Amino acid sequence: MRPSNASIKTFKINGRDLSGRSNETILQVARDNGIEIPTLCYLEGLTPVGACRMCMVEIEGSSKLHAACVTQVREGMVVRTDSERLRKYRRMVVELMFSEREHICAVCVSNGHCELQMLAEQLGITHIRYPRLEQKLSVDASHDRFIQDDNRCVLCGRCVRVCGEIESAHTWDIMGRGVSSRVITDLDQPWGDSETCTRCGKCVHVCPTGALIERGMSVAEMLKRRQFLPYLTIMREEDR
Amino acid sequence: MARTIQINPITRIEGHAKISIHLDEHGLVEEARMHVTQLRGFETLIEGRPFYELPSLMARICGICPVSHLVAAAKACDDLFSVQIPRAAILLRRMMNLAQIMQSHALSYFYLSSPDLVFGMDADPAKRNLFGLHAEHPQMARDGITLRQIGQQIIELLGSKRIHPAWVVPGGVNAPLSDEKRREILAKLPEAKEIILRTLDQYKEALVNFEPEIGTFGNFPSLFMGLVDRHGNLEHYDGRLRVIDSAGNNIIDQHDTLDYASLIGEAVEPWSFVKFPYYKPMGYPKGMYRVGPLARLNLIDQCGTELADKELLQFKGGDELKMFGKRRDDAPVLSSFHYHWARLIEILFCIERIESILDDPAVMDTHVRAHAEPNSFDGIGVTEAPRGTLVHHYKIDQEGKVTWSNLIIATGHNNLAMNRGITQAAKTFIDGDNIREGMLNRVEAVIRAFDPCLSCSSHAAGQMPMIVELVDSEGQLVRTLKRDSTNS
Repeated sequence: MRPSNASIKTFKINGRDLSGRSNETILQVARDNGIEIPTLCYLEGLTPVGACRMCMVEIEGSSKLHAACVTQVREGMVVRTDSERLRKYRRMVVELMFSEREHICAVCVSNGHCELQMLAEQLGITHIRYPRLEQKLSVDASHDRFIQDDNRCVLCGRCVRVCGEIESAHTWDIMGRGVSSRVITDLDQPWGDSETCTRCGKCVHVCPTGALIERGMSVAEMLKRRQFLPYLTIMREEDR
Repeated sequence: MARTIQINPITRIEGHAKISIHLDEHGLVEEARMHVTQLRGFETLIEGRPFYELPSLMARICGICPVSHLVAAAKACDDLFSVQIPRAAILLRRMMNLAQIMQSHALSYFYLSSPDLVFGMDADPAKRNLFGLHAEHPQMARDGITLRQIGQQIIELLGSKRIHPAWVVPGGVNAPLSDEKRREILAKLPEAKEIILRTLDQYKEALVNFEPEIGTFGNFPSLFMGLVDRHGNLEHYDGRLRVIDSAGNNIIDQHDTLDYASLIGEAVEPWSFVKFPYYKPMGYPKGMYRVGPLARLNLIDQCGTELADKELLQFKGGDELKMFGKRRDDAPVLSSFHYHWARLIEILFCIERIESILDDPAVMDTHVRAHAEPNSFDGIGVTEAPRGTLVHHYKIDQEGKVTWSNLIIATGHNNLAMNRGITQAAKTFIDGDNIREGMLNRVEAVIRAFDPCLSCSSHAAGQMPMIVELVDSEGQLVRTLKRDSTNS
């Protein structure tokens, strides 16, 4: 780890007096101190983007909610990571994700190993209150090793970041806006035709759901291995 | 004035259907029809999905017989791979399929049909159900529950889950059998065998009480179709197709299942969501055939296990059947009432076969899955489900995504015969001017004998309300007969 000029800040999370470096986020400090905040788009080793809004926390003196993964700690701040209001919003966010695409856990290759499913379980979600969009999106099975199933994508952008930041290939990107956004390879060409894809498979393993999978996987068989990421990040930093 | 009686819904079956009985101006039954009122829709649902997912996806068609769909779909996927899957995988899949047949038959016989057989067709509906059975014959109710439980536990021991196990995959299964689980399964079988032998004796003793029903519950000549192994014996997992006529002659034998389409045509009627498959060479509707336990036992040479073969001998040529006019030992049993008996013999066979599979050291082999890319774009899987021959047929594109599929579910094969069966029973038992609940129950009981799985998913808990309406030819309600869930 490179030496840092950051100063030490003291603050409260859930009533506990804590300290952290000024360049650390609320999420990092909370996790270092055993305080769990749910996340989905965040993955240690990738740049946080605050896209999924799962890690929202309350900060005293602010009426807004703040994404813990991108909010740095400040001196004297008072943070709450759990409240009825936060649970309500988190449930709403997850339910909206379920209603947007075809997340049918029972027949999904990631059943039992899916981060979206785990979040729903943690938040006690048994039903989706919102009408489903019923989009029938395509499945790209043109790659000889992997499959992309847009129906199971939550647009967390982890694949885009790991491909750009770690593999430096930048095969993935997001096109469109709002509910019509889609993750694409190159200039929306079939994955199998992509000239930039190095076939490394990092995108598949950072994907939190069954949207990016290995070929030949049957239901509940897709286990994702993400342990490689923090090591790769540290090694990259040391190289610089 | 022509009238129609409706039995809606049919109770104690798996799925949703109603019966309409059409009466002529003299109040005599003209025709009875079974309308299946639900749509499966899976063929469209799987379009565009990667074929690797199909076994588990298709298993969701049914909560009672998911294993049948798992196995048929996995076999169709093996056909897409065009590879030989490991022998241990075949044995393990076969064992799960047998356990599934065992539990499904136990469900059909004990939970759904035994109340009719024990209390009689005219008994008070309040008593004529599983709870009534438990109150008066606790041992029998316990037997049924235990037998089904053992079947389900074997499925769970193999696939980690009783309903919809994801264990059966294209190319084999995804985990081998451990020695501990093998011993656990073996330990359950003696009790199962004891129960089924006891039940067979009880059933044969009770037959004498059902002479009119045996004579008229779908008792007519028809073809019979099912799988047989290469020796012509009982086969539920692999095998080839055999079709026999009502005199017991093989009209097709050892027919390749991949060529099912040359034997089976599918007709559509506007009044039901279930198609009407028929034996193609004889045309529609003349090519009516039956599948399932009765058909299988009729068309095989032998079961291939000791105790089941003894029972088969009695089934095909015993005094019990002679009593009802069966003349030749080798002639098929024509009354659909005897589906029940055939079901019990098959349970015994399943137990014996599971025992013999577990005694085969090959079942413990840890190589249980073949990996491949699709080498064919057209895959067919055919197995024997509890209710009869099950066909899954898929086509995929270059990327392995499903472009087309066709399913012929066991219940579908029996559709023509079931309609003919209820017409026969209705003509015998229904008197249009004086309708009693017991008469209608007999018509329903014909359907129960076939044990249809209509949706391939049952949502009924206990007995559902039944309404019978008499409607005249102008559509005016003449009379309503109601049986609701509180007093039945």
